[in-house]
Amino acid sequence: MISVADTRVASARRPPRPARSLARRRTTDRTVTALLLLATAASVLTTFGIVLVLIFETFEFLRVVPLTDFIFGTEWTPLFDPKRFGVLPLVSGTLLVAGIAALLAMPLGLVIGVFLSEYAGARTRSIVKPFLEILAGVPTVVFGYFALTFVTPNLIRPLIPGTDVFNAAAAGIVVGLMVLPLVATISEDAMAAVPRSLREGAYALGSTDLEVALRVVVPAALSGIAASFILAISRAVGETMAVAIAAGSTPVLTLDPFRSVQTMTGYIAQVSLGDTPQQSIEFRTIFAVGMTLFLMTLALNVASQVIVRRYRNVYQ
Amino acid sequence: MSVTAADRALWRPRVEQRRRTGRGFVVLCYAATALGLLALLVLIGDTLVKGAPYLSWDFLTSYPSRFAERSGVLAALVGTFYVGLIVIVVAFPLGIATAVWLEEYAAPGAVKSILQTNIGNLAGVPSIIYGMLGLAVFVRALGLQRSLLAGGLTIAILVLPIVIINSQEALRAVPSGLRHASYALGATRWETVRHHVLPAAMPGILTGTILALSRAIGEAAPIILISSIAFIAFLPESLLDSFTILPIQIFIWVSKPQEAFHAIAASAIIVLLALLLAMNAVAIVLRDRARRGTRW
Amino acid sequence: MIGSSRSLALVVSTALVLAACGGAGPGQPASQTQPGTTAAVKLAGTIKIDGSSTVFPISEAMAEEFQKKNREVKVTVGISGTGGGFKKFCSGETDISDASRPIKDSEKAECVKNGIGYTELQVAIDGISVVAHPQATWVDCLTTADLKKIWNTGSTVKNWKDVRAGFPDQELKLYGPGTDSGTFDYFTEAINGKEKQSRSDFTASEDDNVLVQGVAGNRGGLGYFGFAYYVENKSKLKVLKIDDGKGGGCVEPTLQTIEQYAYKPLARPIFIYAKSDSLKRTEVVEFVKFYLGGDSRKLIGSVGYIAAPDTVYIDGLAKVIAVK
Repeated sequence: MISVADTRVASARRPPRPARSLARRRTTDRTVTALLLLATAASVLTTFGIVLVLIFETFEFLRVVPLTDFIFGTEWTPLFDPKRFGVLPLVSGTLLVAGIAALLAMPLGLVIGVFLSEYAGARTRSIVKPFLEILAGVPTVVFGYFALTFVTPNLIRPLIPGTDVFNAAAAGIVVGLMVLPLVATISEDAMAAVPRSLREGAYALGSTDLEVALRVVVPAALSGIAASFILAISRAVGETMAVAIAAGSTPVLTLDPFRSVQTMTGYIAQVSLGDTPQQSIEFRTIFAVGMTLFLMTLALNVASQVIVRRYRNVYQ
Repeated sequence: MSVTAADRALWRPRVEQRRRTGRGFVVLCYAATALGLLALLVLIGDTLVKGAPYLSWDFLTSYPSRFAERSGVLAALVGTFYVGLIVIVVAFPLGIATAVWLEEYAAPGAVKSILQTNIGNLAGVPSIIYGMLGLAVFVRALGLQRSLLAGGLTIAILVLPIVIINSQEALRAVPSGLRHASYALGATRWETVRHHVLPAAMPGILTGTILALSRAIGEAAPIILISSIAFIAFLPESLLDSFTILPIQIFIWVSKPQEAFHAIAASAIIVLLALLLAMNAVAIVLRDRARRGTRW
Repeated sequence: MIGSSRSLALVVSTALVLAACGGAGPGQPASQTQPGTTAAVKLAGTIKIDGSSTVFPISEAMAEEFQKKNREVKVTVGISGTGGGFKKFCSGETDISDASRPIKDSEKAECVKNGIGYTELQVAIDGISVVAHPQATWVDCLTTADLKKIWNTGSTVKNWKDVRAGFPDQELKLYGPGTDSGTFDYFTEAINGKEKQSRSDFTASEDDNVLVQGVAGNRGGLGYFGFAYYVENKSKLKVLKIDDGKGGGCVEPTLQTIEQYAYKPLARPIFIYAKSDSLKRTEVVEFVKFYLGGDSRKLIGSVGYIAAPDTVYIDGLAKVIAVK
């Protein structure tokens, strides 16, 4: 502690020694830096791990199954005789469910986003924002349960009686609900970033609220909105539990949402529940399908980042 | 030049009509929001109605059984707690340390931006892919078998990117003036981080980590690949024991055709949602304290 | 800011305390002798069971009742399918394998290769039940020829009217066990003539519950699975009589017809396979003895299967004791 005695002229006395020597503090600093770097490296290892595992097993898979058969084949029967390894039925199932989800979430999410950004007052926001957070936080099993026990019997069956108990529509609807908050909040953020001056200019020219919202703000925030759409699709593509419970386990190339289908994620879940042993071709199908899934979501995520970076309007 | 009557005839402001369209849109907005809100309320309401009758202390302290009336979530609850603990112990230090390095130490440049993009991409990878990683690395390569440790580690690396991103945001929110003041007094970088930046960012970091924990607890897909034993009627007593978690137990019960099992699935969902609600409430309290406590 | 570190400490310690409390729950009995255990020897250990989803209800019931009496024994039961179960069993991962068909030669070879010895024990008789939706009023009995027409490889039957003249125009939705299932193996061999020979465009699942949900939810649904799953869901399903074309007429699967193997060709024995090394552990032997013991017949019946004649169990017990 510095005492009154020490406050005399600096030249008369050396300054008080710091609690720890500078050298020791520097060593601690360097050690900690190294540890932190190690932690970061560990985090990065995950990416390498994922890519390595997928590549290795897919490579083994492709030694047995030609790539063209995999990509262009229209029948997926790896567990039956004769084995067919065309991944298209699974991809079509995934896209069907994701498509229905997007059809629900995109318009609804955008409208809610516009509402929150342009119209809603503080009190309305204080109700809507938590609700969106809750919707985003509900675990996906719950949505699956909801699809199977509520949506199919009470919403779909009354309208379309021939609907299978497992169907793509119910799964698509709940996945849409799941990604709705994503579209709403990201679009709202993008629209909030549009400077007020743009809006005020439009108002000055005699525009109504709606015209400002739809003709000025939305186009200005378009890159962010587009990014939110793509992220929503990516999330819908990667969804597992809801589709495993409600969409069915029949791999079939179809556009009919009212029948049982199987998504890529649903297939992986199904085979894992039955658990095939390590070196078999059936086991490798999990990884081949997983690789396809990984590449699809990666492409979507990268696309959304590129769109934001290249097309974002930068305002002063 | 002045506007003639002929000119005016060309341009019809149609103000009333445009205003009406605008009002119509507002109605649409409220309808859309109400629809979303309604969907959530129906979901929660339906679950509550079906599940509340079976909710009881017995339900929380019993094991699953082939009889729906006697089944309970004890094994699943305890499994969920343990997985949560492993996530806290593994993902939080690792994630916060990475965030600190990225925000406080890394020089802006190619390496940092590649790492950032990398972590951002990892956050978007479907959870079932993490399950595959866990299966190949933890269960098989490291020989952990289908144990609690393998499952916990898999979930930990799943939420790691979320912890990193949230912590980074919290660290970024600390004004640089604080750091500069500390450096000006002669502190090393670590001393600045440890005594000034981290404490200032801690509420934000905690909020983020609790949200990551919520995500971890609700995940089922990776655990399907790690361990999906259909019947577990005991508590894991070591890290290498078999285990089950709430979302998986719900999944198993929903997959049974009997109505009674659907009902207790609803009860289990209520338990899970209550757990998440509690954690999010803690996060919100911390967030508010952070906002009130900070005086920059 | 100090407050938030204290909160963190509080949260973490609460979590640890709760977890510890959870661990000290019902798993810690007083050291009293429970009925059903060997007196003065408290059984402890882990028993891993996996395999057929047909046999699963029995193993689940046995595991539940056994664990009630022997709190320190941990029994897990999985449903990887008969084939999946054998793969794990023959690589030493499980102690007991549930099987709805006898072990195949290729599986036997795998076990021999890995040095896994085992004992085959019949535990019950099952009658694979062919079910339809309760509102399928047009059908009551199907011949094995009908079934083969529907289920064989390359079958293009997509509508009930293609099955038999006189059936209405109703889309046929098929549900059946997956390819790891012993039921699938048995059914395809009995009906289509060759194991695993089957059309592939149906909803396949190792989880028979999913199949029940499927058939019960579709008016044109048709599926097949173990008798217990039918009994458990009687109100949702309509079981069909089977005529095997050999003069027996239409036979409905019931306790009597299955027990006497009159329900042809789909009545079959179901098994568990116990690993010889595991049988050296007391808790495993006691569990198997419990499984085959006289008290458990009622359990088998309550689950929906048919107990085999007493001699079968007595022989089984003898085999188990001999291994010890």
